[in-house]
Amino acid sequence: MSTGRIELNKTPLHALHLEQGARMVPFAGYELPVQYRGGILQEHKHTRCQAGLFDISHMGQIRITGDIALSALENLVPGRLADLSLFRQKYTVLTNPEGGIIDDVMVMHAGDHVRLVVNAACKHKVLAYLQNSLGHRCEIQMLASESLLALQGPAAAMNLARYIPAVSELTFMSAGKFIFNGIELTISRSGYTGEDGFELSLSDNCAEDFARLLLKGDEVTLAGLGARDSLRLEAGLCLYGQDIDSTTTPVEAGLHWLIAESSQWKCKNADYPGADIIREQLRSGTGRRRVGLIPQSRAPLRAGTGLLNDRQEQIGVITSGGYSPTLEKPIAMGYVSSDYIQPGTSLGAFARGKEFRIAVVALPFVAHRYCH
Amino acid sequence: MPDTPDYLRYTTTHTWVEIIDDRTIRVGITDFAQQELDDIVFIELPEMDREYTRGDECAIVESVKSTSEIYCPASGNIIAINLSLEDSPGLINEDPYGEGWIFQMELTDDSDLDDLIDADTYRELAVDD
Repeated sequence: MSTGRIELNKTPLHALHLEQGARMVPFAGYELPVQYRGGILQEHKHTRCQAGLFDISHMGQIRITGDIALSALENLVPGRLADLSLFRQKYTVLTNPEGGIIDDVMVMHAGDHVRLVVNAACKHKVLAYLQNSLGHRCEIQMLASESLLALQGPAAAMNLARYIPAVSELTFMSAGKFIFNGIELTISRSGYTGEDGFELSLSDNCAEDFARLLLKGDEVTLAGLGARDSLRLEAGLCLYGQDIDSTTTPVEAGLHWLIAESSQWKCKNADYPGADIIREQLRSGTGRRRVGLIPQSRAPLRAGTGLLNDRQEQIGVITSGGYSPTLEKPIAMGYVSSDYIQPGTSLGAFARGKEFRIAVVALPFVAHRYCH
Repeated sequence: MPDTPDYLRYTTTHTWVEIIDDRTIRVGITDFAQQELDDIVFIELPEMDREYTRGDECAIVESVKSTSEIYCPASGNIIAINLSLEDSPGLINEDPYGEGWIFQMELTDDSDLDDLIDADTYRELAVDD
């Protein structure tokens, strides 16, 4: 388990992680906690029942400044952005000319600028791409000295409102700027667990103190990357690099809803990268689709496991698989050929020299509980 | 610090071996291994009465985050498997050297035991790993 000689970045919460008994692992160039003393199961369950605090400062926060920032960015994604209201947020994807996904991103209209949250492993690639594509019309910069915390779970609002009462007025995918004891925070009501919760962006030098403040409430526990992964899988949310990447289109990934709200408008006018391919897939369907999967035995089936039809032909592959602490059984997601996407379809899965049965199911595995 | 009892023998792949008599051993995974794996949610036990060769993959432990193979520490026949792990795989986390034992085997060649390491050697290895 040696980390080699690669110099890993540390987040401003590094000392807090170590103090809380974190097991640190290398992830996207950072040294991050995979779990704390209580373990992944406990952190997962605590987040579903009360609240979990995640350090996600490794993620990229990008600021785009300029009058036409939103409409310029709209040219790079398959959904509408130009009409995004002040302090509203939208989930979308940056597409490549083949209709594949460069990254999945959160876009926020933050008043005098547009703010993006992008995946850690993609952030330098995305920054360069945006500078290339929009740099002549907008100013684009990485917010390199801002931390990002995620406070997730049914008790998140109660906890945060103790210090910043006005967050109670936010609804899912809305945001605001707040000041607490001289600390400026940009807070959105969103997350990656399927629960109600918030993502808080604040200056690196205030992050640890503010995290400690949130942890004073008994309802909040620190949660690591392990619980973050099992929570998002239960919520049926995609992990970039596993469930979506430059070879999967948003239609194949079942993310057509982020296109659909303006599909007519887009179908007529849009000229974002890969628009022709995505438009054709919306019209005629795709050869494969992302689905939920439940192994029928108790053995978890992991990413990379091939999926078979009754003729023993490979018709798909698992892209995320693990154990669901909420359902107390294994769950998975993956891509299957479009003939097999109907919930209830029984498939074979070949792992460790054996065949297992696995059923196609609707996503999510655990219902979302956002605050609309 | 993980618990590494002196009365047991160990393998470099993080299993412990209790020598019950010249021909019979009991096998499980070490405290260090269960801590590394974290919450164990499933185990695929070896097949009863099946003969395994030393080094064979004979069981699989699934934790929330990963899959780990258990390699047979010696050649022989499986004469007992811990069926209570099917319903309570977490016993491996709670009591890795007691109720979390995984299988017993009857050895075909007891010289396999000569290659097992003692507790001190295992402790050094588990720290460096």
